[in-house]
Amino acid sequence: MSNSLQYLIRRLGFYSIAAWAALTLNFFIPRLMPGDPAAIIFARFRGKLTPEAMIALRETFGLTDGPLLLQYFSYIKSMFKGDLGVSIAYFPEPVANIISTGLLWTIFLAGTSLVISFIIGTLLGAIISWKRGGRLDSFLPPSLAFIGAFPYFWLAMLSLYIFGFKLEWFPLRHAYSDDVTVGLNIPFIFSSIYHAILPATTMILVSLGGWMLSMRNTMLTTLGSDYITLARAKGLSSWVVMLKYAARNAILPNFTGFGMALGFVLSGALLTEIIFSYPGQGYLLLQAVRSQDFPLMQGLFMTITLAVLAANWFVDIAILFLDPRTRK
Amino acid sequence: MNKNSILKRWGRGIIKNKKASFGLYFVSSLIGLSIFGPLFTLDPTAFLGAPLSPPSLEHFFGTNGQGQDVLSQTIAGARQTLLVAFTTGFFVVIIGAFIGGAAGYYGGKVDDFLSLIINVFLVMPGLPLMVILASWLPPGPLTLAGVLILTGWAWNARVIRSQMMSLKGRDFVLAAIISGESNSRIIFVEIMPRILSLLASSFIGASVYAIGAQVGLEFLGLGDVSTVSWGTNLYWASNDLALLTGSWWTFVPTGLSIALISFSLTLINFGIDEVTNPRLISEKNWKKELPDNTLNNGVTPVVRKNV
Repeated sequence: MSNSLQYLIRRLGFYSIAAWAALTLNFFIPRLMPGDPAAIIFARFRGKLTPEAMIALRETFGLTDGPLLLQYFSYIKSMFKGDLGVSIAYFPEPVANIISTGLLWTIFLAGTSLVISFIIGTLLGAIISWKRGGRLDSFLPPSLAFIGAFPYFWLAMLSLYIFGFKLEWFPLRHAYSDDVTVGLNIPFIFSSIYHAILPATTMILVSLGGWMLSMRNTMLTTLGSDYITLARAKGLSSWVVMLKYAARNAILPNFTGFGMALGFVLSGALLTEIIFSYPGQGYLLLQAVRSQDFPLMQGLFMTITLAVLAANWFVDIAILFLDPRTRK
Repeated sequence: MNKNSILKRWGRGIIKNKKASFGLYFVSSLIGLSIFGPLFTLDPTAFLGAPLSPPSLEHFFGTNGQGQDVLSQTIAGARQTLLVAFTTGFFVVIIGAFIGGAAGYYGGKVDDFLSLIINVFLVMPGLPLMVILASWLPPGPLTLAGVLILTGWAWNARVIRSQMMSLKGRDFVLAAIISGESNSRIIFVEIMPRILSLLASSFIGASVYAIGAQVGLEFLGLGDVSTVSWGTNLYWASNDLALLTGSWWTFVPTGLSIALISFSLTLINFGIDEVTNPRLISEKNWKKELPDNTLNNGVTPVVRKNV
C-alpha cells in the first residue's frame, strides 16, 4: 500500500509542476509579446473603470510598475485566492463567476460524450480484434478513420444543418429550452438531455475511431497469450474469453490514454459547443476571442488546465485499482 | 543489406501498397491543385455575384456571404492551409527528434529533465493555450505555424524518445561507441537513418494535427480573416449565418477537402507502417501460405520468408 501511496504522491507532484508551468506561461506570455500588455488590456477597459478599480485589476495581473519578480508573486497570490480578474466582455462581472456557470455545462456535455465514446470504442475494438480480417474489421476502422478526419466542429455544423435546421428533429441552440425552470425538475432534465444529444453524438462519432484502434491493437497482442489459449481449451464461450480474459487485460493502455486524450477531446468539445451555442467554456472562449477579453481567456486556460490535471490524477487512481502490477 | 536498397524496397512497397498509393495520389493532386489551381480560377476575394446564391452553372459551388466564388475560395484556401500544415509538420519532427532523441539517447538526468518538459506539454490542453498565444500575436500564417509547433511538438518527442531508448541498447550502437564515434555522429549517422520511417510517419501525423488545429483556430477568428484559407472560409460561413440561412454550400466543400486530405495523409501512414514494419510484412507473407484463419488467434510469426 505504501508503494501505491508513493506513486500517487509522485503523480500529484508532477501535476503540481504542470499546474505551476501553466500558471507561469499564463503570466509570461503577455509579457513576452510585442507591445505593453498593460496598455493592451487596459485600452479595452477605457471608460469602463474607475481609477480605483483599475489599480485593483493591475494588482490581480501583477501589472504594476514593480520589478518582474514582485509582479510574479502578486499574480500567483491572486490566482491562489481564486481571483481571476474582471471580464471585459461581461463587464463588470468577475471572470471566476462567469467561468463557474459555464463549467458545469462543459463537464456535463464533454464528460458524458467522452465516457460514452470510450466505452463504445473500446468494446468495438475488442469485438473487431476477435474476428480479425472479418467483415467488421475491414469495414469499421477505415470508415471511422474517415469520419475522424473531419474537424469536430465541421461535423457539428453539418449535423446541426441536417438534423436541426432541415429535419427539425433537434433544437438549434442552447442547453435547455426557455420554457423550463432551471433546477432539479423532470422537464429541465429532459430538456437538457434533448439539447445535448446532437452535440454529444457528433463528438462521440469523431473520437470513437481512436479508442477502437488502440483497443484493437492491444487486444491482438493479448489474444496471443497462453492464458487465452488455456481459456479457450477449457471450452469457455467466446464472449467470456473475449471480455473477461482478453479485454480486461487489454483495456489498461486505453485507460492510460484516457488521461492523455482528455485535453485533446476537450479542445474539440469547446469548438462543438460554439456551433451549438452551448453555454459552456467553449462558448465563453469564443466571446473572449471576439471581444479580445484577455482576462477571460487566461482564466479559461487556467480552469480548463486544472480540470484536465485533476481528471488525469483520478485516472491514475483508477489505474491503481485496476492494475495489480502498479500496487506491488 | 545496405541502406539504399532498404529505401528502394520501401519506395517500391509504398507505390505497390494500395492504401499508400491511394493516399499519395490524393495528397499530390491536392498539392498540385493548391499550387496551380489559383491560376485558373476566379479571384477568390472579389465580389462576383449575389451573396449566398446556391450552386449554379456560373458558380459551381455557389457564392458565400460576401458574394465570393466558393470554388475559387476552396482551391485558394488549400494553399495557405497546406503550407502552414507542412511547415508545422516539418518543425515538429525536427524539434521532436532533437529533444526526444537527446532524452532517449543520454538517459539519466537529461532524460528526467526533458521528459518532465515533454509530459507537462502533453498534459496541457492544447486549444486554450493556442488561443492565448495566438490572441497576443499579430494574426497571420506565421503566428499560426508558431503556435501549432509550440503546442504540438511534445507528442512527437515522446514517440522518438522511446524509439531512441530501444535502439540505444542494440549492438550496432554499442559497436559505434566502442569504436570511438562521437555522440552526434552516432545519433545522426547511425541511429537517425534507422528511424527514417518513424520520422516520415511523424511528419505526416503532425501535418494532420496541424490541419485540424489550424482550421479550429481560424474558425474562432484567430487567423488573419482577410486572407483566404480553409479555416477563414469556415469562419466566414459561420459569421454569415450559413446554417440559419440554409446555405450548406458555403461550408461543405471546405470541410470535405479537409477530411479528404487528412484521410489521405492517414492512409499514407498506414501504408508506411505496412511496408516498413517487419511484423506486418512477415504476417502478410504467412497469410498467403495459410489461407484459413490460423492467424486469427493473434499469433504473429516472426520468421520471414523469401522477401
